[in-house]
Amino acid sequence: MSVDLATVKRVAHLARIAVTDEDAERMTGELNAILGFVEQLDEVDVSGVEPMTSVIPMEMKKRQDEVTDGAKADDVVANAPASDENFFLVPKVVE
Amino acid sequence: MSDLTRLTISEARAGLAAREFTARELTDAYLGAIDAANEGLNAYVAVTHDRARAMADASDARLAGGEGGALEGIPLGIKDLFATEGVHTQACSHVLDGFEPRYESTVTANLWADGAVMLGKLNMDEFAMGSSNETSYYGPVRNPWRAKGSNLDLVPGGSSGGSATAVAACLCAGATATDTGGSIRQPAAFTGTVGIKPTYGRCSRWGTVAFASSLDQAGPIARDVRDAAILLKSMASSDPKDTTSVDRPVPDYEAAIGRSIKGMRIGIPKEYRVEGMPEEIENLWHKGIEWMRDAGAEIVDISLPHTKYALPAYYIVAPAEASSNLARYDGVRYGLRVPGKDIAEMYENTRAAGFGREVKRRVMIGTYVLSAGYYDAYYLKAQKVRTLIKKDFEDVFAAGVDAILTPATPSAAFGIADQDMAADPVKMYLNDIFTVTVNMAGLPGIAVPAGLDAKGLPLGLQLIGKPFDEETLFRTAHVVERAAGRFAPEKWW
Repeated sequence: MSVDLATVKRVAHLARIAVTDEDAERMTGELNAILGFVEQLDEVDVSGVEPMTSVIPMEMKKRQDEVTDGAKADDVVANAPASDENFFLVPKVVE
Repeated sequence: MSDLTRLTISEARAGLAAREFTARELTDAYLGAIDAANEGLNAYVAVTHDRARAMADASDARLAGGEGGALEGIPLGIKDLFATEGVHTQACSHVLDGFEPRYESTVTANLWADGAVMLGKLNMDEFAMGSSNETSYYGPVRNPWRAKGSNLDLVPGGSSGGSATAVAACLCAGATATDTGGSIRQPAAFTGTVGIKPTYGRCSRWGTVAFASSLDQAGPIARDVRDAAILLKSMASSDPKDTTSVDRPVPDYEAAIGRSIKGMRIGIPKEYRVEGMPEEIENLWHKGIEWMRDAGAEIVDISLPHTKYALPAYYIVAPAEASSNLARYDGVRYGLRVPGKDIAEMYENTRAAGFGREVKRRVMIGTYVLSAGYYDAYYLKAQKVRTLIKKDFEDVFAAGVDAILTPATPSAAFGIADQDMAADPVKMYLNDIFTVTVNMAGLPGIAVPAGLDAKGLPLGLQLIGKPFDEETLFRTAHVVERAAGRFAPEKWW
C-alpha cells in the first residue's frame, strides 16, 4: 500500500499538524519509504496467532476506589500557556 | 587531588566512605568539568548548579552522621525525558517549551531517596525518536570519541546520546536513560559505555514522558558493569502509580558480578549474521564467543526465525502508540501555543511549529496505520508478528539457553549530518536491527564495550536474558568486560 498527496494531507489533518504543500510533498515520499519497508510483514503467516496485548503476562493491578490524590488545581494549570482562575483558556469554540 | 571525575561510582562510593573527599568536592569537580566541556559536546540542556551543590551538602551531612543511602553523594545526569520537579523537562522538544513539572518521576525520586545528586538534564533525540541525537531541538550531541587522526564529529547514537556522551566524557558518574528500540544500548555501544535495558515493568514509567508505552523502559548508562548494576538497583522498584510495574523484589544486582558462568548455556542466533555487516563486527562477535567459552560457558547455535520482522513490526507499533501519546501536546495544558483563527487551527499550528521532522513523520505513520480501514492490515498484524517474535525467544529459553550473545549495533559511530542517513529514514532505523527485538519481546538486554575497530572507535556486544533475569546479564557482561578491558576516549574537547 502507498499514500498519495491527498491522503498525506488528510492524515496530517487527522493528526492536527498543519502542513504546507511542500511539506506534504516531501512527506509522501518519506511515508511511502516506511510503508514499503513494513510491507515485508506480508510474508509472515499469522493465521491462528493471537495479537500481543501484554508483553509480560500479568494481571492489571487494581486499587481501592478511594480518593488518594487531588486538590492540586494550581499545579495542574501551572504550565498552561493561558489560564484564568484555574481554568485553561482556549480560543472561543461557540459563537 | 587527582581528578575525581575519573572515578567509577563504586570507587567514588569507597572514597566518600573513607572521607578521602566530600560529596561537595565530587559534585564541584563534575560541575567544573561540565562548564568547561558542554559548549563543545552539548550533552546537557540544563545544568542545575545550585540544586546539585545543595544536594551534595545534604549528602555530606548524612555521611558525617554515619547515614547515607546506596548512592549517597554520587552525581548523576538525568535524561530530559524524566520529569524533575521545578526543573527543565522537555523531552528535548520545542512543543514543551518552558515546561517545569510540579512532580518527580518515580525513577528519579528513587535515585534521590538513595542520596544521589542531580547535575542537570541531558540532551536526547526529540521524544526519544532517533538513533543519532540529531533530532533534538537543542542540536546534536558530539561523541567524545573520534576516529584516529580525524577531527570529524561523530554522533553518540540515540536517543540517549546526551547520557552516553556525558558518561563517556566524565561529565557525570552515571546517567539515566530510556530504551524503546535500542536507545540505551546503541549509544552505549557507540561511546564505549555500559547500558542496560531491563525487563519491561522493572522500572516504573510514571513521570517519564511517554513515547511508545508498551516498549518504553528506563535503565542506566554507566562506565562499567558494576556501576550499571548499582544504578539499576536504585532505579528499579514496584510502583502503584504504574499499572505495568511488576510486584517483584529488586535483587542485589551487584552481588551477581564475579559469579562464575561455568556451565551456563549461551545462545548464538544465526539470524543476527546480517548481510553487509562489517567484518570487524563479525570478528568481535567471535571474540565474545571465545571469551564465554574460556569462562566455562557452553556455546549453543540457536535460531530466532522472526528476527528480520522485528524492525518493520516496530515501525508500526511504536509510531501507532506515539501518535496516541503525543496527542496531548495541543497548546492548551503546557508548553508552546501558536495562535490560529479557531481552536482547530491553533492545534495544527502549535503542533506544526512544536514538533520536529522525525516526530511529525512518526505521528503521521501512526495516525495512518490506526486510521479507519487500515487497523487490521497494519497494527493488528504487527501485534501478531510480535507474538511470534516473543515465542522465538521463549522457545530457546525453554530449550535451556540462559542468555543470548549478539553484536550491539551493525556499525561503529557515524558522522554528524551523514548524507545517506539524512536522505533515507529507513537507513537510520536499521541502526536498531539488533536491539529492537528485545523491546518487542519485553526482555532485558545489556550492551557492553568489547573492543575498538581499525579506526579506534568503540564497538559493543549485547547480551539478552530471560524476563527479570538481569542478574545473568550482569554476570555474563562482566566476563566480556574482564576480557576486553575498559575503553576511554582521548580528551580533545
